[in-house]
Amino acid sequence: MIDLIIVGGGPAGLAAACKAWESGLRDILIIERDKELGGILNQCIHNGFGLHRFNEQLTGPEYAGKFEAMLADTGVKVWLDTMVLDVTPDKKVCCVSKERGYQVLQAKSIILGMGCRERTRGAIGIPGTRPAGIYTAGAAQRYANMEGYLVGKRVLILGSGDIGLIMARRMTLEGAKVLACVEVMPYSGGLTRNIVQCLNDFDIPLYLSHTIVDIQGKNRVEKAIVAEVGPDRKPIPGTEMEFDCDCILLSVGLIPENELTRQAGIEMDPHTKGAVVYENMETSIPGVFACGNVLQVHDLVDFVSAESERAGESAAAYVKHGETKPGKVLTLQTGADVGYTVPQRIRVENVEKAVSISFRVRRNIGVSAIKVTCGDQVLASYKRERMAPGEMEHIAMPRVLLDKAAGDTLTVSVEEA
Amino acid sequence: MYDIAIIGCGVIGAATAYALSHYEAKTVVLEAENDVADCTTKANSAILHAGYDPEPGTRMAELNVTGVAMAKEICAKLDVPYKQCGSLVLALQDSDVPHIEKLYKNGVANGVPDIQLLTADEVKAIEPHVIDTVKGALYAPSAAIVSPWEYALAMIEVAVRNGVELRRSSAVKSMKKIDGGFELETATGTVQARYVVNAAGIKAEAIHAMLGTPRFHIHPTRGEYYLLDKSEGARANHVIFQCPNELGKGVLVSPTVHGNLIVGPDAVRVEGDDTSCTSQGLEFVKTTAQRSIPDINFGESIRNFAGVRANVDVDDFVIEEAADVPGLIDLAGMKSPGLSSAPAIAREAVKILASKDILGAEKTNYKDGRRHIRFKELSPEEKALLIAENPAYGRVICRCETITEAEILHAIHSEVPATTIDGVKRRCNAGMGRCQGGFCGPRVLELLSRELGISPMEVLQDKAGTNVLVQETKIGGKNHD
Repeated sequence: MIDLIIVGGGPAGLAAACKAWESGLRDILIIERDKELGGILNQCIHNGFGLHRFNEQLTGPEYAGKFEAMLADTGVKVWLDTMVLDVTPDKKVCCVSKERGYQVLQAKSIILGMGCRERTRGAIGIPGTRPAGIYTAGAAQRYANMEGYLVGKRVLILGSGDIGLIMARRMTLEGAKVLACVEVMPYSGGLTRNIVQCLNDFDIPLYLSHTIVDIQGKNRVEKAIVAEVGPDRKPIPGTEMEFDCDCILLSVGLIPENELTRQAGIEMDPHTKGAVVYENMETSIPGVFACGNVLQVHDLVDFVSAESERAGESAAAYVKHGETKPGKVLTLQTGADVGYTVPQRIRVENVEKAVSISFRVRRNIGVSAIKVTCGDQVLASYKRERMAPGEMEHIAMPRVLLDKAAGDTLTVSVEEA
Repeated sequence: MYDIAIIGCGVIGAATAYALSHYEAKTVVLEAENDVADCTTKANSAILHAGYDPEPGTRMAELNVTGVAMAKEICAKLDVPYKQCGSLVLALQDSDVPHIEKLYKNGVANGVPDIQLLTADEVKAIEPHVIDTVKGALYAPSAAIVSPWEYALAMIEVAVRNGVELRRSSAVKSMKKIDGGFELETATGTVQARYVVNAAGIKAEAIHAMLGTPRFHIHPTRGEYYLLDKSEGARANHVIFQCPNELGKGVLVSPTVHGNLIVGPDAVRVEGDDTSCTSQGLEFVKTTAQRSIPDINFGESIRNFAGVRANVDVDDFVIEEAADVPGLIDLAGMKSPGLSSAPAIAREAVKILASKDILGAEKTNYKDGRRHIRFKELSPEEKALLIAENPAYGRVICRCETITEAEILHAIHSEVPATTIDGVKRRCNAGMGRCQGGFCGPRVLELLSRELGISPMEVLQDKAGTNVLVQETKIGGKNHD
């Protein structure tokens, strides 16, 4: 019997493990499928990590290194190169590795931190031929930064997610010509700072409300046809542009990797594609927690760490004190312009001072107020200068205000000024 | 000089090679691509028709029904993913009912086993996601789903084990009649053979034309498909067809042997092997399929693809010694139900060659059968045992499909070895899942490079020229202008 098993040794698992140790757990095991800890941070050799958390600009490996150093001072056990095949509702974890073979471990608590994967061409149905030269931005990043190879010399980027923007700069610095970044939505999916530093600074055009309507080429990509789309996101005939390229990188969204979560029968949120969680990151199975990109896709690793520390702390509390009493449960629902919320449920009595709620807006919004309401009752209001779908919002909802809620449902919505 | 040269190693060429490998005749298979099963065989509906479609009395009717029965045995013997899930032809409107009744009569005449007409309620009971307004259906329990490329691979593997020679990347460029046979110029050298079997799929007409004037014309016909994630795999329990109507032949919705859902195809005449997808084609497939099952979640699509089938301007399969070229055996026009009929077609080819007294004796030491370890499908005890024997089963390379390093290494060193990333995929499913190789692609590339002793730059995604990597990074700024 192990007190806490953490599935995944990326930024979520690392922060959760450190915090669980700090909270007094002494029997903790991280199971990581790769040959080293750090997850996707290892291939993110650009800087910009850690501004919130450490007040300095770090590269991905440096950011991971800080947590690995903290972990080294603990007695947390780590199994590398080990794949979890199954997590059961009664908290058994089945895993395989070369070294240890097939193992079934019984845990008192589990933290799910499997991260996310990239959406592919098949998910968005881009017409055309299927030559080599079409990769997700993350795969291209791995080839460039970890294996030392470029996947193309004349590159078109579809989607303006952060990895795509980062790869526009990266490929340019390696001598490739990045022709353009094409985004189907009327706004970018990435952080503003990445638009500025990765596209504008290198004179790479960004075509908003455009998409690829045809890919040509038999063996390698030879050409991509790009067209403007209307408000219905359908291509407008006559607006086609041709790009001679040998490579198309896709940065069209990230999907939390929740196969284990679903197998375990944990309740899922169709909006986040992650588990439904309570204020302490606990899923519908008591003692099983989720955090990081497997729960909701984040923009900044700093917030992954913060969320995962909550999970680590909560797992420790669960092991030490047993199940949380439900008491009064508030269900969060999304109002105007809000895409989802995490957490989705709040057990009021389990909130000490305040609960952090994160969400994304559905469109670019100027001066506005985030409202938390319960029926006609306005419980809280938070001012914002601007908000964008590419940037996750966070609000702290104090316990005293939660106590005032007359009903069972809280609505988070946005009111533009 | 070989006794027999088979041109093409799709499912027809592979089935013929498998059948011929039982005899002493010296046989060579010439495949144009760098891998087998790399054209029509890898891109189709992956179903085995029960056999009620062909007109009674045609060879197609007979070979379809026989072929499906043979396929069941072969798949069991060669450990090929196969599931006899049965098929339904839906009557979606009242005017479809006479059509399924006609198919029922066809099926009975063709000897399709256990075929029956179902009422709307009976259809809904076994296919709850089918549209509520369904009028009834034709049910054929002998229809099945199969992994078509593994089916072909398994047959050619056993053929190779038993002495058939396989030459890949060996497109036939020209042929001439020589004394006692033919001389074939291929991309990898000259081959002489007493008999030539033309199983060249959409190129069969061009191959025949190298020696004579074919009586058939191939009209390559493209069909586009959606492949959906396993989360949609339970949307259909059977192969679900529609009746043809004024909009066309309809599209099918079917589970796959890998647990996904396949939806398609449309049918568009194209030039050559144009397997591109189009937005119109995909839209047509999507909306037409929703007539059968309205709640298919196309948001769970993991891949679109298109395949080209060798439609032909004669009503039946072309299985014959060419009248104008004695010694050339055409196995051409293998449109649907070509995959279903493959082993029966191969048997016909063997009959023709037997009549030429070319086969020689049947081998007494024939090594049949095949075992394919699929780690994911094993019990915990079997998994533990396997890793203890070979630790490479303990490292999962493809996360989506749970494919281990050992399975990938086995694919790279199998009897017909994988030499490309897609070759590995076809042999062990690595990269078939929802991330479509985004994660395992670089790892498979590394294994191929290591095992084949080639530079990563030389590793191919699929066919010749599909190199994944184009240059090294970090070479002192030499990439800059």
